[in-house]
Amino acid sequence: MSRPLPPIDADTRPFWTAAAAGELLHQQCRSCGHTQFPPRRICVACGGDDVEWRRASGEGRIHSFTVVHRAPTDAFRSKVPYAIALVDMAEGFRMMMNVETDDLSALAIGAPIKVVFEPIGEGVALPQARLAR
Amino acid sequence: MSRSPIISGVGHTAVGKLEGSTAMGLHAEAARAALGDAGIEPKDVDAVLCAYSLAAPHLMLSSVFCEYFGIRPAYSAAIQAGGASACIMVMQAAALVKAGYARHVLVVCGDNRLSGMSRDGAVAALAEVGHPQFERPYGISVPAAYALVAQRYMHEFGVTPEQLAEVAVVHRRHAQRHPDAQMRKPITVADVMASKPIATPLRLLDCCLISDGGAAVIVSAPEARSDVRKRPIEILGAGQKNTHEHILAAPSLVDFGCRDAASQALGRAGVSLGDIDVAEIYDSFTITLVVELESIGFFGKGEAGPAIAAGALDLDGRLPCNTHGGLLSFGHSGAAGGLFHVVEAVRQLRGEAEARQVSGAELAFVHGDGGILSAHCSLVLGRA
Repeated sequence: MSRPLPPIDADTRPFWTAAAAGELLHQQCRSCGHTQFPPRRICVACGGDDVEWRRASGEGRIHSFTVVHRAPTDAFRSKVPYAIALVDMAEGFRMMMNVETDDLSALAIGAPIKVVFEPIGEGVALPQARLAR
Repeated sequence: MSRSPIISGVGHTAVGKLEGSTAMGLHAEAARAALGDAGIEPKDVDAVLCAYSLAAPHLMLSSVFCEYFGIRPAYSAAIQAGGASACIMVMQAAALVKAGYARHVLVVCGDNRLSGMSRDGAVAALAEVGHPQFERPYGISVPAAYALVAQRYMHEFGVTPEQLAEVAVVHRRHAQRHPDAQMRKPITVADVMASKPIATPLRLLDCCLISDGGAAVIVSAPEARSDVRKRPIEILGAGQKNTHEHILAAPSLVDFGCRDAASQALGRAGVSLGDIDVAEIYDSFTITLVVELESIGFFGKGEAGPAIAAGALDLDGRLPCNTHGGLLSFGHSGAAGGLFHVVEAVRQLRGEAEARQVSGAELAFVHGDGGILSAHCSLVLGRA
């Protein structure tokens, strides 16, 4: 079984379109400069609607992580144990990702990661973290 | 006479694996128990608040219950805020009676999520609280989300897995004194550490139970004291704070809305943390309770673990807490799980807690947490 596909909507379509092309996007408010994720129609800081898409470097650091041994659904049973991290991206927004590594014991808070894209079907590519060397 | 709304009746069903139980049947059984405890009739109920059911979900659960139970209240609504639902329902019920919309509000929850669905089904249904686009494709689960909190919290404040295990051990010790608790077999720190990993650093015995069960409380207007037969317990204060839904969007992984919810509730009651005699605080995971105890301010950051190991949450400790065994050992059947905490607080304040009675308990603090430490609601209850 494959991963559940994200139910892409009008708020997030540019993000997923870019991800499929290997680019990581986030949003920034043209009025107040606030950076935000997940994408939405309004600026969560000032309430304005002049939010633009920006390209992110794909570099970040692990804020926290866990190694999952008990899968939530059938789709993940063959993947355990797998790592989930909250990653603070260089541009100042936070994402959840799996961390691709052969050595789960190398995971650490503060560890640098680089985003890669995992095709998960129907043209969707999921941003994932790879431990930076 | 005090103008505080009162809790006039409490009740719960058996908890555990109840073959043949149904979500509505558990609601009805719990409602009957609470009405009997208060000494009032179903016809006396003029408002009903329900929460949600995983085993039998419905858009209008409160209407479904009222039809099943055979009552036609003037006011009915369902409240869905995960583990915060129970406290929020009590807060809402108190507001309804204060505003004059009702004299007796029935707050009732129940679910047969253990026998009515598979364990895998329950875990999968709960995982749907993850963000559908930015969390669920990564295999997030509720334990994994709390594990992200645990890992960061341990990193910042030096909390150890053994300290978390002590939380599970003290809950089991409390549950042994409750004849209705689902899990009463004693456990040790070594047992917790040897239980299978779920999402590091959390192990099976760091996680709450999955149970069938139901609970209910009756919230009544101050002037309705003469209607009821039990010693009234006053709702002295209530407060909420809501900071995020998804762990991805939490403002912090080490400081949560429970602090503001508690300070509002305590402020409205005109009391301080040091005045609390007994606490019943949401314990979905061992880390949940540590974070709440420290965010609320019962203990300093990093201090709850060592204090719990030294007996701080025991009946004769500094803060007797989750005296029924909590979600970790008494039982957890959804919104009813949080209502068990309210029921236990009321029994403590009435002096009805038998072998687990905290002597001289006059003031109780109850707290519910919904989502991933997302929605918080605190109650301060007092002996009238």
